[in-house]
Amino acid sequence: MIHSLFLINSSGDIFLEKHWKSVVSRSVCDYFFEAQERATEAENVPPVIPTPHHYLLNVYRHKIFFVAVIQTEVPPLFVIEFLHRVVDTFQDYFGVCSEPVIKDNVVVVYEVLEEMLDNGFPLATESNILKELIKPPTILRTVVNTITGSTNVGDQLPTGQLSVVPWRRTGVKYTNNEAYFDVIEEIDAIIDKSGSTITAEIQGVIDACVKLTGMPDLTLSFMNPRLLDDVSFHPCVRFKRWESERILSFIPPDGNFRLLSYHVSAQNLVAIPVYVKHNISFRDSSSLGRFEITVGPKQTMGKTIEGVTVTSQMPKGVLNMSLTPSQGTHTFDPVTKMLSWDVGKINPQKLPSLKGTMSLQAGASKPDENPTINLQFKIQQLAISGLKVNRLDMYGEKYKPFKGIKYMTKAGKFQVRT
Amino acid sequence: MSSNSFSYNEQSGGGEAAELGQEATSTISPSGAFGLFSSDLKKNEDLKQMLESNKDSAKLDAMKRIVGMIAKGKNASELFPAVVKNVASKNIEIKKLVYVYLVRYAEEQQDLALLSISTFQRALKDPNQLIRASALRVLSSIRVPIIVPIMMLAIKEASADLSPYVRKNAAHAIQKLYSLDPEQKEMLIEVIEKLLKDKSTLVAGSVVMAFEEVCPDRIDLIHKNYRKLCNLLVDVEEWGQVVIIHMLTRYARTQFVSPWKEGDELEDNEKNFYESDDDQKEKTDKRKKPYTMDPDHRLLIRNTKPLLQSRNAAVVMAVAQLYWHISPKSEAGIISKSLVRLLRSNREVQYIVLQNIATMSIQRKGMFEPYLKSFYVRSTDPTMIKTLKLEILTNLANEANISTLLREFQTYVKSQDKQFAAATIQTIGRCATNILEVTDTCLNGLVCLLSNRDEIVVAESVVVIKKLLQMQPAQHGEIIKHMAKLLDSITVPVARASILWLIGENCERVPKIAPDVLRKMAKSFTSEDDLVKLQILNLGAKLYLTNSKQTKLLTQYILNLGKYDQNYDIRDRTRFIRQLIVPNEKSGALSKYAKKIFLAQKPAPLLESPFKDRDHFQLGTLSHTLNVKATGYLELSNWPEVAPDPSVRNVEVIELAKEWTPAGKAKQENSAKKFYSESEEEEDSSDSSSDSESESGSESGEQGQSGEEGDSSEDSSEDSSSEQDSESGRDSGQENKRTAKRNSKAKGKSDSEDGEKENEKSKTSDSSSAESSSIEDSSSDSESESESESESESRRVTKEKEKKTKQDRTPVAKDVSLLDLDDFNPVSTPVALPPPALSPSLMADLEGLNLSTSSSVISENIY
Repeated sequence: MIHSLFLINSSGDIFLEKHWKSVVSRSVCDYFFEAQERATEAENVPPVIPTPHHYLLNVYRHKIFFVAVIQTEVPPLFVIEFLHRVVDTFQDYFGVCSEPVIKDNVVVVYEVLEEMLDNGFPLATESNILKELIKPPTILRTVVNTITGSTNVGDQLPTGQLSVVPWRRTGVKYTNNEAYFDVIEEIDAIIDKSGSTITAEIQGVIDACVKLTGMPDLTLSFMNPRLLDDVSFHPCVRFKRWESERILSFIPPDGNFRLLSYHVSAQNLVAIPVYVKHNISFRDSSSLGRFEITVGPKQTMGKTIEGVTVTSQMPKGVLNMSLTPSQGTHTFDPVTKMLSWDVGKINPQKLPSLKGTMSLQAGASKPDENPTINLQFKIQQLAISGLKVNRLDMYGEKYKPFKGIKYMTKAGKFQVRT
Repeated sequence: MSSNSFSYNEQSGGGEAAELGQEATSTISPSGAFGLFSSDLKKNEDLKQMLESNKDSAKLDAMKRIVGMIAKGKNASELFPAVVKNVASKNIEIKKLVYVYLVRYAEEQQDLALLSISTFQRALKDPNQLIRASALRVLSSIRVPIIVPIMMLAIKEASADLSPYVRKNAAHAIQKLYSLDPEQKEMLIEVIEKLLKDKSTLVAGSVVMAFEEVCPDRIDLIHKNYRKLCNLLVDVEEWGQVVIIHMLTRYARTQFVSPWKEGDELEDNEKNFYESDDDQKEKTDKRKKPYTMDPDHRLLIRNTKPLLQSRNAAVVMAVAQLYWHISPKSEAGIISKSLVRLLRSNREVQYIVLQNIATMSIQRKGMFEPYLKSFYVRSTDPTMIKTLKLEILTNLANEANISTLLREFQTYVKSQDKQFAAATIQTIGRCATNILEVTDTCLNGLVCLLSNRDEIVVAESVVVIKKLLQMQPAQHGEIIKHMAKLLDSITVPVARASILWLIGENCERVPKIAPDVLRKMAKSFTSEDDLVKLQILNLGAKLYLTNSKQTKLLTQYILNLGKYDQNYDIRDRTRFIRQLIVPNEKSGALSKYAKKIFLAQKPAPLLESPFKDRDHFQLGTLSHTLNVKATGYLELSNWPEVAPDPSVRNVEVIELAKEWTPAGKAKQENSAKKFYSESEEEEDSSDSSSDSESESGSESGEQGQSGEEGDSSEDSSEDSSSEQDSESGRDSGQENKRTAKRNSKAKGKSDSEDGEKENEKSKTSDSSSAESSSIEDSSSDSESESESESESESRRVTKEKEKKTKQDRTPVAKDVSLLDLDDFNPVSTPVALPPPALSPSLMADLEGLNLSTSSSVISENIY
């Protein structure tokens, strides 16, 4: 399966290599660099690159290319999914996944990679088990380690790997037993010129942070489970129970994990919480264009919209923009032609707007297309689909846990065509 | 070092040494290490000292630095002797790091590596299973040919270990040993055979992986384990699931007959409903015999379904390809929703999934039609995702949705990403050829694009228009005239060549313009691109033949220019044309036919999807992604005409069937203490699986026709099989009736049960058997007993199950009611197709394709 892994930074340096079978020379990466050059942009590098003797499968995250070397036929998603899992694990271990952090923790990284694959086949990919095997570095532990000479490698053996519930550590103990669930929904939408919706869907996830002693068995039920059209579960969720009763029943992993991701059925019309009024025009004759956008709330169920940011990729002909926002700050990068406007909260009484002019390259013809506007926003305490958790029960343990649930709606891929 | 490069060669198929070139040469010199050799040497001295010190902390420090060197790809092999001494260190972290080092360099320092072997041999006997496992892991990772016998012995022992974790590692070691020494194949297959019988979910994935690597053709090893694997599948870890599903897909294609009926090939089967009865009759007659799905086939399809809900994209894709390749076509519909869900994932996942959807959507449009809007392009998508989405949109286009699609395409054409805009124009061209109703509108739209300011867009439009006009060379004189005008402004060679070809081909329809164009071209001939020059020659020849009065001199002038061109292709063509068209005494019989040769009807090009020929690869594989057969790709065989003997999957009956019942019971006892017991009780309370099935079917609602169809057919198959069960129970007479009843019940339940996580969790059935058997006795006649029985059945004590199947195996072929057949009928989701009349708005929309203000009035008298 996976022969070797190379980590390559954005300037084309291979800063880490790991081999699970015999060593593959790092010169295979030349094929990758070739492909990278051809693609011009990092995100256009094809995920699968064939070379005479190997296949290079790569993912690009956090400005790092993770390039896996394969020699024989294997489902490409198998490798890609695994690479993403590696990135997630690093993130889980170090907080961020970046080149300096990986370089600083190269030994832990190596130990983790060693445990994740055996002979190229995934062995332990659950972060709960990995953390039992190799403790993540914390400042405190680093200090303690240097003084006492103890190590990051767990001295007890990873019993979790052998247990009935491989995703949960054994012998978990907390003084405060708590379970928090965040219901986060994202709206993906394309809005056309006139403001009507071309497509809109709601995708949601339930992220959990469970810190409970022992082996708790939780059930989570919804007021309106029928809203959920398509779901995918963390392996801990009992599928049959969901099929028959629409109840989530599970023994949670310890710590943070994604319990469920779902898609809200398409028949429910999606309430679009914001609107954008825009007036962007270029004139053939003059080298000045008008630019004006206003953002306003719509169907927000009385909640405020916060964290609004507007970004837009301006056409190449635009040299500069002189704009004045009614609130927030804006920047325009004349190199990448990227306009971004950090709006903040929307006050329904006084709608935020951004007005001004664009200066165009003299003599250049006016662009064919007006730029698309990408929108980000957040609405706290609202699940836009109307999904509501009914109750959370715990079995199997005696104590009474503290339970909390939070709702949030965010913009996913929210685009307004102008 | 030399040994390193040697083994490398071997692995990559040494024969092609010439091609190896660049990769191999640099294997020999690990990068950069020699450049700083002197300074490295010094550093390494002090590392050696640290390794030899007494303090663990110094050793650990040294090891960490060495691992850092390995990670950066620096050569640390000269430290081997110093490092290998620490292999028996008490400190776990040092030990682990030494392992890392050992695995990396043992191949290069074979003799020294042998020093460490005894440590591992000792550890292999350790009472702690985890230590045994890790010793086996490292031992088998040391690629030193001399220790092959030791490894073989270790693997054999480990495969009989009590701990499933050790057995799992043994399965991994099989592959390592095989790649080290393929001679051991026969012995390894024996071990694989043994491990395949293992009932632990931990082992299943790894051993199937070993099977795929070592002996994928020994399908006979799977027979006896097939049902067990199907039932364990839900509980295997996700990576194992992927491997098992792919293997079982191949297995199913060799062992079962095709569930696809001839009629299935036609997507819109429902039309047949309204045809005369005779047609129907004929169709049924054609079927040689009514098709019944092998229960084992059904088992696989049913047991993989829950995995569509996995969070792992690879698992979802694996199930999707399984449904695509082996399920009845009417049931494959359920995978589309899950695949569309994956599109929310990272760009790499999207890329692979979109490719697979593209292949699927060519063959079965209906599957993805409801999700049309999910494939709409966003301006932030990377170009490769955009083009794949376009591809799928094109495949999905039909009379009903084309107007919406064309409106969407309009936005794409204006995109700032010109590569994508060009791809969109190609797409419009393909839609125009596929859907005849919109051909004219598309053509008009494309003509409007000709006045676009962007050259790439115009050039692409010209090329596409040329193809379209060629397809229906009717009265498109206007367009051709318009394009002739464009020759003055367009500079892209392909586009110019296309226009010239078009004019030449239709020179009789535009008698006034064509000679004029030739005149202009003659003037600029020398500065044109080769591609254009060839077309000028063509145009000249065609005009000479049709209108020699006006163009004779011009053509000769051009031929003269061509005669002295730098490009031999052009000189060659000139010579050829001159001989053919200009009559002279030497010219043979051919020149009589010159007109026929030049102005023959040319077949229109087919605008086809680039994904058309990919379907011969198994979906979800690397080969499919690359559209090239990858090394080690295993062909998916065609369905056999006649199913091989299904009884091979039966496992031998243990004489006393009753003895097994307690074992199952024991498991239930165990599980009662565990956490999942509750849900099981809950499920027991639901009366029968068929009830819960239909319930879930209606609940999920969205799943629509195909889903329900699947359910009902499952039900019916269950019904029939349970019938057969009880019958055979009576027939056989050897078993008492209770068992038969239990079996039928169990059969019904198995469907809802096998999703449970509990399978195979009890490790020692023997120990608890006594206790549980007493329980069993006490409650022998109560209803609860049969219920718990059925539950234990779900845990698949394979023996028991196979006993049952042996019973019901015989009557399977007996009779199949017509009802059953109907249930298997494909019901392709009826997509409401509104009458293909074009909405009037569509016309208006396409008019909107005109982007610029400049008028596109074409007048003849411009020339």
